[in-house]
Amino acid sequence: MSPRPVRPVAVVSFAQSKSMRREEHRNDVEMLQPVVADVFDKVGLTKDDMGFVCSGSCDYLVGAPFSFVGALDAVGAWPPMRESHVEMDGAWALYEAWIQLQEGDIDTALVYCFGRSSMSELGRVLTLQLDPYYVAPLWPDPVALAALQAQALIDAGTYREADFAAVAARSRRDAKNNPNAQVTGDHSAEELLGDDYVVAPLRRHALPPITDGAAAIILAAGDRAASLCEKPAWITGMDHRIETHSLGARDLTFSSSTRTAGEAAGISDGGRTSVDVAELHAPFAHQELILRDALGLADGVRINPSGGALAANGIMVAGLVRIGEAASRIMDGSAATALAHATSGPCLQQNLVCALAAEPAADGRA
Amino acid sequence: MSQDPVTVLATPIRIDYEFTAGLAQSRYLKGIAEGRFLGQRCPKCGKVYVPPRGSCPTDGVPTTDEVVLGNTGIVTTYCVVNVPFQGQSIEIPYICAQILLDGANIAFMGLIQEIPTDEIRMGMRVEAVWVDKKDLGPTMASVKYFRPSGEPDAAYETFSEYL
Repeated sequence: MSPRPVRPVAVVSFAQSKSMRREEHRNDVEMLQPVVADVFDKVGLTKDDMGFVCSGSCDYLVGAPFSFVGALDAVGAWPPMRESHVEMDGAWALYEAWIQLQEGDIDTALVYCFGRSSMSELGRVLTLQLDPYYVAPLWPDPVALAALQAQALIDAGTYREADFAAVAARSRRDAKNNPNAQVTGDHSAEELLGDDYVVAPLRRHALPPITDGAAAIILAAGDRAASLCEKPAWITGMDHRIETHSLGARDLTFSSSTRTAGEAAGISDGGRTSVDVAELHAPFAHQELILRDALGLADGVRINPSGGALAANGIMVAGLVRIGEAASRIMDGSAATALAHATSGPCLQQNLVCALAAEPAADGRA
Repeated sequence: MSQDPVTVLATPIRIDYEFTAGLAQSRYLKGIAEGRFLGQRCPKCGKVYVPPRGSCPTDGVPTTDEVVLGNTGIVTTYCVVNVPFQGQSIEIPYICAQILLDGANIAFMGLIQEIPTDEIRMGMRVEAVWVDKKDLGPTMASVKYFRPSGEPDAAYETFSEYL
């Protein structure tokens, strides 16, 4: 098990850009700057109030080395600040910031992330995260790998294509209420099953959109959180786990890393999870089904009211957006407990679970 | 089968990008295509950045105020390149310098020509030499190089902040 958090830390502010297929005019800094300004404005803070800054992005997306350092122009790194970066989704940047806050010498942290997938051939960029000797030279793109996983589910007799379509139909309907979403619509699962296959058994609706976007969160500890936000979204536990790099060695139909992360985050018990809202980072429709099973989400859990990653899937962004959306349901009072999940790597290789609640945990470990 | 170990494995990788310069840098590059340097001023600290990136790296606020900079500037520091390398297009030895354009608050890198390498010095005044008007385009290749302007050297105090 992970060490228990010793200090109550909460999400007190969340901001995101509108998700779009292609940011035509602005560069990374120009896309990110308004989001960072927005996340500060919501709580009346500035960069000078931050004890720590951590970001998540990927230089391969724009093909520019140290683009993550250049992005600091959107924050303003003077006087010198305590800052870090992960070449991962912003959810993992938030994890690092949360750990820093546990150490007790700072009370606030800014977390941000950005990604412009439109500038590259995204499928090829993501292929470069695979084993460089035996797998990457075959150029299996993320859709092909996800299709292998979906076919494994069908072969196991667990789910059918209609189940994938039902996930997509619900996501698109929910996304209609999300002003930042990219893919919305009112279609039944039956209608969506008329889509063409992209890579069988995945039809168009089972794939995420390609998205340009950015997001930011401010974390605050203890009394500081309570003074900044009427209803802070307290992080009661967080954990992330990874599975082997070798796709052939994994059971693609079950996400054991998500199961373990949920238990270690203290939100799942014996493969069962009961929360008001769950924001699951499932870029492909069938992956939501795998995640639901891994966490053992109880009936009645509201899943992805934002529309999820099928509605907007900013690479390096969609995971932090799940935490932001789940936290927003606590901050707006519509949920008392929430789970946010982020994923990284092919076929749900690495998974992070963040447990959120309207109250810090009773034993003070929130 | 030979027992010799496999020591080389070729796995060619190629990714194409469609670059978007951004709003501020597009303005800058369009200025270059007109044969002039455009900077942007931070509304908070007043500093002028060139090339502008759209946000003040000190304050983190958009730099919306555009400033036309001079064609001349100061060599704040420099190095003389004596090392040949693959793809080198300039005859060695040559001078690579940090140049503070008049009106700017940040130096940028430029090539210095039309001067023996042992005569370059900090504080030297230089001017940009552009390609022929018909060849100007939104690329840094529009600036051929900088050369001494013939003006007296700048006092150290006028550029020491930018070192």
